[in-house]
Amino acid sequence: MTIPTDQLIIFNNVSKFYGEILGVNRVNLQIAPGITSLVGPNGAGKSTLMNLMTGLLRPTRGSITLLGIPTDQPERLFRRVGYCTQFDSFPRGLTGREFLNSFLLVHGYERKRADELSDLALERVNLVEAADRKVAGYSKGMRQRIRLAQAIAHEPAVLILDEPLNGLDPMVRNETIALFRKLAADGLHLIISSHILHEVDMMSDSVVLLNNGYIVAEGDIHGVRDEMEEHPMQILIRCDQPAKLAAYVFAQNHVVEARLHSDKGGLFVKTKDADGFYLMLNRAVAEGEVNVESIAPVDDDLSAVYQYLIGTSGGSA
Amino acid sequence: MSSAVVANKTDQPLPWALWLRQIESIFLYEVKKNFLGRRAILIYLLALLPLFPLLVLAIFQPPGNEWRDFNRYSEIYAMLYNGLILRTVVFFGCAWIFMNLFRGEIVDRSLHYYFLSAVRREVLVVGKYVSGLVTSIVLFTFTTVVGMLLLYVPHFYSQSVRYFVEGKGLTQILTYAGITMLACIGYGAFFLVVGLFIRNPIIPALLLYGWEWINFLLPPLLKKVSVIHYLNSLTPVPISEGPFAVVAEPTPAWIAIPSMLLVTVLVLAIAGYRIRHMEIRYGSD
Repeated sequence: MTIPTDQLIIFNNVSKFYGEILGVNRVNLQIAPGITSLVGPNGAGKSTLMNLMTGLLRPTRGSITLLGIPTDQPERLFRRVGYCTQFDSFPRGLTGREFLNSFLLVHGYERKRADELSDLALERVNLVEAADRKVAGYSKGMRQRIRLAQAIAHEPAVLILDEPLNGLDPMVRNETIALFRKLAADGLHLIISSHILHEVDMMSDSVVLLNNGYIVAEGDIHGVRDEMEEHPMQILIRCDQPAKLAAYVFAQNHVVEARLHSDKGGLFVKTKDADGFYLMLNRAVAEGEVNVESIAPVDDDLSAVYQYLIGTSGGSA
Repeated sequence: MSSAVVANKTDQPLPWALWLRQIESIFLYEVKKNFLGRRAILIYLLALLPLFPLLVLAIFQPPGNEWRDFNRYSEIYAMLYNGLILRTVVFFGCAWIFMNLFRGEIVDRSLHYYFLSAVRREVLVVGKYVSGLVTSIVLFTFTTVVGMLLLYVPHFYSQSVRYFVEGKGLTQILTYAGITMLACIGYGAFFLVVGLFIRNPIIPALLLYGWEWINFLLPPLLKKVSVIHYLNSLTPVPISEGPFAVVAEPTPAWIAIPSMLLVTVLVLAIAGYRIRHMEIRYGSD
């Protein structure tokens, strides 16, 4: 089904240069509702892309629209968009509640409604108890959460989050991921950048991989992996007769490597056609050739894709 | 999420109502942040600076006949006002207040919160300018009025009461207050726009300060390219600028006031254009 352009985030041939330094180049992208993660090493262009999306930067070339709104119209854009930046700085002398309230009033909300929205946002990020303390006295994790609260307080339809899990302890991190999932389930666009690949993998509907200012891959992570023909899919099969299975799979054209596991209790297979391999394996099991205990794709995840496309192992928790 | 709220807001038939509400919010927020905190103490001290010597004069009348002649006081105040209040306190006070409205936030790395709000950036300029204007007018008009009263009242109480109630005193004090307000309007717009364009705004401020001080030496045409010329044209008591001054006709009030207001509007329009196209790149600022 085609999604109307007023429900998409669209980059149309966007480039951004800082003088002669490349920020991002020739970005053509359409982002649909759901959780989309921007992944790439430092300097890949993730924050530049987010700042372009929110009008904090202006493209050198090309155009960007969010839900049909051009990014040079903040008065319209930020009725629908919230952005939690990486800038760990705040206006002087404000408590968490005053911080949220002040900018809701600047949005144009009536005082009563601003109070309600502040309270709701504080609850959502679990900062109610610290709401009346000065932000300057907050820990790093609390500052991260109050920024998140500021981004969601006006109930945007698009939420852009630059490294939102940085500085959060594991418990709050899980709560925050759950909040993201809930927001996405409510129909929001969530654009998240993160270095922590397994968390991105866990929560994203689609990913955009960036390197040196270029988009190197985009889409559903398994779809991206399937298209990487130069890197055959690696699958580990634990079974009772791995040697017999090895002989069986070698008969298949798409299998490029089959290696017995060191404990002789499994087979490690590389195939160019994972779907074909699984069909063949089902047949072998049905015909009673082998008893399979488990099947696990070894490199059908974001870390592997990242490693293949960008050449490093990416970030870790 | 709350699409109803969004729909109501985007369908606003009268954006003026929204803009006025936003200007009020920005004004209150800026006043609280910039002028009710500890960092505002310096600006209060600067505003009170001329009152300290006047207080000393009020307690200890200096020797000399000119201090015993009530008729000389309007001249004394004119010199004090021009040299200390207008050219120093109002000038540097406005420089501090208005340059920090944007530059201060860039230094603190907090300007992006405004840019991430659903507010026209031109409205942001107006809101910030109004906050600076109200603050500077309140502070420096207080200095102007209290300073004048402090000079006159302690030593000539009954004469001063008559002067300010029945004589020319009331007109003079209101005129000085008006000049102070006009100075805040003009200098404020200039320093606001300087803070938007220039990373180190102290240099242009000092250049303008020098330009304003040598104004008495400039040929008549160049005199008009300054704020102080128009302000001096309005002073109720003309002051001598010394033997080397190039004499020029003062600009009549009906030209001086609208001209300054017009230039202020133009400068604010430039600020609006600048902010509309401004990027957040704190690293390079």
